[in-house]
Amino acid sequence: MNIERLRPIDEWSWSLPKAPEETRGEVRLYAGRELIEHMDDKVLEQITNVAKLPGLVGAAMTMPDAHWGYGFPIGGVAAFDPEAGGIISAGGVGFDISCGIRCLRTTLAAADIAPVARALADSLFANIPAGVGEEGSLRLAPRELDDVLTGGARWAVGEGYGTEADLEFVEEHGCMAGAKPEHVSDLAKKRQRGEMGTLGSGNHYLEVQVVDRIHDAEAARAFGLAEGQVVVSIHCGSRGLGHQIGTDYLVSLAKGAARLGISLPDRELACAPIRSPEGQQYIGAMNAAMNCALANRQILAELTRRVFRHFFPGASLETLFDVSHNTCKPETHTVNGRPRLLYVHRKGATRAFGPGHPSLPARYRPVGQPVIIGGSMGTGSYVLAGTAESENRAFSSASHGAGRAMSRNQALRHWRGRELIDELAGRGILIRTKSMRGAAEEAPGAYKDVDLVAEATEKAGLARRVAFLRPRLCVKG
Amino acid sequence: MTGAPSYGYFEHEADIGVIGRGATLADAFVAAARAAFAIMCPPEGVARAARIAFDFEEDDDELALVTWLNLLLAHARERGLVLGEFALARDGRRWHGEAWGEPWSAHHERGTEVKGATLTMLSVRRVPEGWEARCVVDV
Repeated sequence: MNIERLRPIDEWSWSLPKAPEETRGEVRLYAGRELIEHMDDKVLEQITNVAKLPGLVGAAMTMPDAHWGYGFPIGGVAAFDPEAGGIISAGGVGFDISCGIRCLRTTLAAADIAPVARALADSLFANIPAGVGEEGSLRLAPRELDDVLTGGARWAVGEGYGTEADLEFVEEHGCMAGAKPEHVSDLAKKRQRGEMGTLGSGNHYLEVQVVDRIHDAEAARAFGLAEGQVVVSIHCGSRGLGHQIGTDYLVSLAKGAARLGISLPDRELACAPIRSPEGQQYIGAMNAAMNCALANRQILAELTRRVFRHFFPGASLETLFDVSHNTCKPETHTVNGRPRLLYVHRKGATRAFGPGHPSLPARYRPVGQPVIIGGSMGTGSYVLAGTAESENRAFSSASHGAGRAMSRNQALRHWRGRELIDELAGRGILIRTKSMRGAAEEAPGAYKDVDLVAEATEKAGLARRVAFLRPRLCVKG
Repeated sequence: MTGAPSYGYFEHEADIGVIGRGATLADAFVAAARAAFAIMCPPEGVARAARIAFDFEEDDDELALVTWLNLLLAHARERGLVLGEFALARDGRRWHGEAWGEPWSAHHERGTEVKGATLTMLSVRRVPEGWEARCVVDV
């Protein structure tokens, strides 16, 4: 990206000056100079388009891990006021609705898993359905699937996947209100029939990680993290159902935009006024997909526990937190000293409530919400904590991952899956996957430097670093 | 069009752009479907053991491409099939699609799952050799 087009606000935030004839909202990018310079120009083009949508409040923003997406950039955040003609955008949520990360802290140390690492990796790979063409063991009748779509992780706990104790540490306590399965197409439901309890493909993973470094001792204590401790992170979303909902509504909203009086700068930004019947239908379907994702991660968390129980009968795996990063949620934010109900789109961005927020579990309220930046399989991930400052800066939002630095096609030209897996094994990281192509596409070198992303997230005041997690075992789709 | 239908790819930072080319619009769409499904599994390793067929209506050529690809993906997923061969016929705004493949099994080479076709960089246009159809697919 040509950084000369931007005006620095400070070392870690930038704005795009408006031409005199431009009628759009503010555009703001959070990142350091190095990350900005390596971002694709499309990121700026896409977030500028978002700033043209009706009812925007504050700035259309990108997080430090931003990269070129579809419609919205990935790492894009934008809030809209329903009382000011604000919109809900299917493109602003993305296709994998409520994709996110479930993080489990264990009572195990790195030394405990070392002797059984290969067997543990093989067992996780055998018991966690992952990759293209794989199905789960659950087969749900249409009425049962509707129960998933209204119940979320709470439904899964009722079916024996995990316990009530998990739900306190899942956003929305495991169940998104306002889900309307009747606004979800039959095709979307049919696609999901074999996909409950599956990881998926692409950048989704299940990783066994070790806490390598503590940055913030107080927050780490609150989160129950200590150096050398084993944690498990599960990255996946609403699978075929979420994607079909995204597809269904993207096309119908794109076709209906003109009738709704909306001029779309990019058809992928297809949207409807929040208060319109079309907008409400999409919101009902999107909430249903969120529950599908929450249930999916709840099931996968329990399947993971069963594998660990076999190797370590006395160990426990508690939910540290479950946070989504492809969402639009109604939230109250203070704007110019006044509380306002806003619909906050986070497309590849994590909610990051600061200390004291009433929605946080009591255990975390003094330090802020856990935020998880998932890195590549060869580098590592970060746990961070939401800050009070992030409320004013980005409606309490932060980065969600390392962010791609290279396309999948470019990665395939640079790496071979088998060689990459062998190289990582040599560094003590065991990869299990059926897809050599997928491994090459997900090469660590195809991602931004996660340390830079986490540092920029902290320096920009979006969330502060708590712990760095280093991968040991990784199941890839 | 002097050559056979062909497919290829273009760059997108997070996902993958697919391109289908053919003498007719329908040929180009079929080639785009080959491009999308080849990301999941090399088509030469897919047997013609099961068939899916469906109809849809769409008068916007670009949205028809997205609808065609997404219906293929949805029906394949619904039935647990990997697809390797495709056919499409158009009569005005009515389209009739067919595809052949087989259930996923251990012998299939696994690629990366394509979850859907998007409206990003979507274009359907005449080119000197016939038609070209392209869009970004989400993986």
